[in-house]
Amino acid sequence: MESFSLILAIVVVTALAFDFTNGFHDTANAMATTISTGALKPKVAVAMSAVLNLVGAFLSVEVANTISKGLVDESGIRPEVIFAALVGAILWNLLTWLVGLPSSSSHALMGGLIGAAVASAGLGAVHGDVLVTKVLLPAIAAPLVAGLAAMFATRLTYRLGRKADGKASEKGYRAGQIASAGLVSLAHGTNDAQKTMGIITLALVAGGSLAPDSDPPLWVILSAGIAIAMGTYLGGWRIIRTMGKGLTDLQPQQGFAAQTSAATVILASSHLGFSLSTTHSVSGSVMGAGLGRKGGVVRWSTATRMFVAWGLTLPAAALVAALAEWVCGFGDWGTALVAVFLVASSAAIWKISRREVVDHTNVNDHDGGPDEEPSGVVTQAMAAVTPPPAGTVTDDLSATIPAPVPTDPAAPSAPPAATTV
Amino acid sequence: MKIDWAALGSVFGVSLVVTVALVGLFTLGINGLSRRERAAAQGQSAALAVTGAYVCFAACAAAVGYGIYLIMA
Repeated sequence: MESFSLILAIVVVTALAFDFTNGFHDTANAMATTISTGALKPKVAVAMSAVLNLVGAFLSVEVANTISKGLVDESGIRPEVIFAALVGAILWNLLTWLVGLPSSSSHALMGGLIGAAVASAGLGAVHGDVLVTKVLLPAIAAPLVAGLAAMFATRLTYRLGRKADGKASEKGYRAGQIASAGLVSLAHGTNDAQKTMGIITLALVAGGSLAPDSDPPLWVILSAGIAIAMGTYLGGWRIIRTMGKGLTDLQPQQGFAAQTSAATVILASSHLGFSLSTTHSVSGSVMGAGLGRKGGVVRWSTATRMFVAWGLTLPAAALVAALAEWVCGFGDWGTALVAVFLVASSAAIWKISRREVVDHTNVNDHDGGPDEEPSGVVTQAMAAVTPPPAGTVTDDLSATIPAPVPTDPAAPSAPPAATTV
Repeated sequence: MKIDWAALGSVFGVSLVVTVALVGLFTLGINGLSRRERAAAQGQSAALAVTGAYVCFAACAAAVGYGIYLIMA
């Protein structure tokens, strides 16, 4: 009995740690555009986002356990499996934070759950079709939907607002950005804090200390809300920098259009039953806003690295989780080993991050390309992809957009024709 | 495998329309306010533009309120 409650305690602490990383990983979603356009001071922005996340955690009692439900077989899930899943998700979150790439925390968590479930119960424990409908398709759809909406909105606001200038418009766009960023923060609090609550509740049920189908206890709600708010306040400055400055240069109008589009997509999708990732929506809408302004530039090298990270999120988290679950399978000392490994590698990642500190003082210093980004382990990977100068991006665009059109409708016979033309 | 194309399509449509409409309204509101600024500089008043601006902002505020309602629901 004693060791049983110990593993439960470990799972709860790890879940809260994941919640914390989730918070600082996703601050960028709500606040990157507001910070980079100067609508709010960095510290004020993260403080506001943190408060709204906390409020959001209490707003709704409907537990968001879509993560655990459906994707893996819950029957026979043990606390160790959840622990292994969380280890995978946390490590992936920290790693992507280190390289400053926005990636979906939910995907990391799902990947972790899948990996741990496969390692403990075999491939049959994962529902492959749910994987496609809940993970792959949304990951493609979210940036497209949000990006297109943001692009049209940006065009419109520049066209309509040609004559608007001076103090009034400056103040107006500022207020608009703050309002939509607040909405995103609130939605994030309800969604993501509840995911952690769901996970902890699942673990408590799996560990037998809570009756099945019960609501999360108050201390779970409270601690999950506080953990995500603290993480948010810490601010994932590296990711904020990439999102607000790295992908494109945002003016207040664009920031407003992007954030409004993101808020709309997030709310519409969660309400209409086709859940889209906050991170993917915001990244898409920032890029869309970048394309919507005349002379606007999207840094495709940064965007490509981000897309690669999205693609890797699920398998990478799954792999780590599977390994963790495998080691946990050796018994209590295996679990202890995984816990030590988690703490050690988190400390190592933090240590590496101190080589080049990004915080609220220099979050907006990113006027050039990725070549100005922190040096260190990351730089070698990035050195391969040099940022395209402003001029070539339009060429890039006109070259890539027509390409899929001829190949798509006509099946295999078309591609040769397309390449010769 | 069943993909809910209808849900995806409606997310797409609703997001596009609502975003563009909201941003458009907000921009009109800002236009109205900046017209007042210009009018004030010339010693005139722009009552109609200002009224229109506040109507636009009220519509945006209503949309934000509906958003909060959706989050809580």
